[in-house]
Amino acid sequence: MNFYGLVDGTEASLKKYLGALSGVDQVGADARAAMLATRSIKTTSKRWAIDTAITMVDLTTLEGADTPGKVKALCTKAVRPDPTDLTVPSVGAVCVYNDMVSIARTHLDLIGGQHVGVAAVSTAFPSGRASMAVKIQDTQDAIDAGASEIDMVIDRGAFLQGRYIEVFDEIVKIREICGTKAHLKVIFETGELVTYDNVRKASFLAMAAGAHFIKTSTGKVAPAATAPVVLVMLEAVRDFYSMTNVRIGVKPAGGIRNTKDAIKQLVLVNETAGPEWLTPSLFRIGASALLNDLLMQRMKMDDGYYASPQYVTID
Amino acid sequence: MEDKLSFEYAPAPESRAVVSIKPKYGHFIGGKFVAGTKHFPTINPATEETLSAIALGSKSDVDAAVKSARKAYVTTWSKMSGKERGKYLFRIARIMQERAREFAVLETLDNGKPIRESRDVDVPLAAAHFFYHAGWADKLEFAGLGTSTKPHGVAGQIIPWNFPLLMLAWKVAPALAAGNTVVLKPAETTSLTALLFAEVCQQAELPAGVVNIVTGDGSTGALIVNHPGIDKIAFTGSTEVGKIIARAVAPTKKSITLELGGKAANIVFEDAAIDEAVEGIVNGIFFNQGHVCCAGSRLLLQENVAEEVLSKLKTRMAKIRVGDPMDKNTDLGAINSHEQLLKIRELSAAGDLEGAERWSAPCELPGKGFWFAPTLFTGVTQSHRIAREEIFGPVLSVLTFRTPQEGIDKANNTPFGLSAGIWSEKGSKVLWASQQLRAGVIWANTFNKFDPTSPFGGYKESGWGREGGRHGLSAYLKGVSHE
Repeated sequence: MNFYGLVDGTEASLKKYLGALSGVDQVGADARAAMLATRSIKTTSKRWAIDTAITMVDLTTLEGADTPGKVKALCTKAVRPDPTDLTVPSVGAVCVYNDMVSIARTHLDLIGGQHVGVAAVSTAFPSGRASMAVKIQDTQDAIDAGASEIDMVIDRGAFLQGRYIEVFDEIVKIREICGTKAHLKVIFETGELVTYDNVRKASFLAMAAGAHFIKTSTGKVAPAATAPVVLVMLEAVRDFYSMTNVRIGVKPAGGIRNTKDAIKQLVLVNETAGPEWLTPSLFRIGASALLNDLLMQRMKMDDGYYASPQYVTID
Repeated sequence: MEDKLSFEYAPAPESRAVVSIKPKYGHFIGGKFVAGTKHFPTINPATEETLSAIALGSKSDVDAAVKSARKAYVTTWSKMSGKERGKYLFRIARIMQERAREFAVLETLDNGKPIRESRDVDVPLAAAHFFYHAGWADKLEFAGLGTSTKPHGVAGQIIPWNFPLLMLAWKVAPALAAGNTVVLKPAETTSLTALLFAEVCQQAELPAGVVNIVTGDGSTGALIVNHPGIDKIAFTGSTEVGKIIARAVAPTKKSITLELGGKAANIVFEDAAIDEAVEGIVNGIFFNQGHVCCAGSRLLLQENVAEEVLSKLKTRMAKIRVGDPMDKNTDLGAINSHEQLLKIRELSAAGDLEGAERWSAPCELPGKGFWFAPTLFTGVTQSHRIAREEIFGPVLSVLTFRTPQEGIDKANNTPFGLSAGIWSEKGSKVLWASQQLRAGVIWANTFNKFDPTSPFGGYKESGWGREGGRHGLSAYLKGVSHE
């Protein structure tokens, strides 16, 4: 790999590349995100945003209690979120643990959901605390089982210790295993990296190492996908595009539970990275509860009133 | 789902149903609205629609207002305890909050500024000034200004059109807290929120004559400045008019504070957080259409980051949403008047003529009303007119520097000294630069932040005195002992 010509794979070149990044002023980033949150999205644009957001959802179940039955139900919901209204688009993908991948893929194919991807969380998700051999096997298993997307976690301990080259090498290795079979999303767990400077650094590190997507969080740590964190990541993909002509995707995950939050995310995308990113191939939202709120708001726009929650299916 | 990439924001207009504008207004004198004799129209600069007819204050109107202010001062306000005065100020502040939407809509209609700014900045800050000064009213002895301070008496206050209600609050709140009564003249293009404030004074049952509002143009302002019954003059506006007022007041016993023009340097050092600096530059010059005396109208870029900053700045400027000020998503509204638009055009043309390179954000301007696209000039040097004169519009002059000292030297090389901005992630550099800069307000890694607790005012031709904080309070008191 040539890493876009930005680094040559040595620690020295990586340090130089990351060292050249400008800092992020926390107060300023917070203020910009807060300003964009005041955008008022109404009528036709709200309707467009709701449908667009549905296609961007990575419908997720990541529980110790997951069973084949639960995963199949999730897949059914993913393909036809509202069984009474077939104009509702399918979601982008389902996101599951490694051992549920083949169940999800088989069931999706069975019910006409070939267009819905299966994302597997990988590399000892959510902590990432395992040997490289285990992480590689974890990823290989998921791909063999039919995963089209791999959501890997970075080694936050190594990152916080400044062992950036190790984080970089892990991403490079997992990307090699993904090859052409799966898209790679790299999860930072921004709630553990804490500072926006770290988020920016991790973004540029992951992009140079070959990530197709950069993702905020596992959903297991709070805070997760806060607006300023997503803003900083969107600025990073925008800047990376101007450096390399390659568009990297962004996936906020965790804490986006209602339509208002989702629309705020789309406004962030629109006014930061730009409208080119407003597609499921470049922006996803990792969520579980969000989908039903999007459906409720969609019904409300069509019917003019809020229906009882019993009119949307719980899974 | 529709196959479109772009996320068009549907119109999200704020309703104007909350305001009722009378066809004609008089003055507010002695606690009552009194009819004027001559009137002039006030228009919505975004549509050129006539909103109302405003009274042109004459000599007899000003005389009546000063007389009523004097009477209120002698009989009521100077005798009232600070605690009681404070209660009125708290009451006014609360009513302003309750009627915030009404004030915001009216301000946007009359001034042309985006509703997002009048709603989120002007009105909340105006209320905050009354809350802040209400707290001082019974604590003047403890303000560190001496224990034998006294109010001046009657204050004549003349305010500009860029922040009509906020500038009223900056003037009226400290004057009343310190025990003065006031005769205030709003700017001729933006009188409506001041007249709504008069209603608030009635609602708060403020004693008659404590606040008097006489509308009019420059001639009315001159009558106030030259009135022998006034003890203190406070003016916010252009340096040109400020000089005329200073000359007029010089041979009298009147006290005076002036808050005048600026040509603030916004200095971006190589170690700045670039994305936030770009936001700060945009906020510095395009906030309120650049109709801000402390606007960051001179951008000074260190040469080794100039290209990156400019490229990001242009991308960001292309995202500025220009148009209907009543739309909640509008970032840049209308220029306040045709006269001001001509001034902005004239100075921009001078920039072209002197060889600077003009770039404007691609945006569609409405057919009616007064509009100017967000614009920057590169290749500007210290000797360009657009680097020296205040444009008071959405026009940014971009200059470069090679070393930090050169940046400071260029920043200070101006007859003005109201504000300045520093962008650097290096604390030592921020502290060093802020000690070198000759400006009354210096922002580090932010811009256009206002707070009633913080004194605001200029060096050199940017004015005399401070407004806000303890320093601002002292301008409304006599016998202040300076520590």
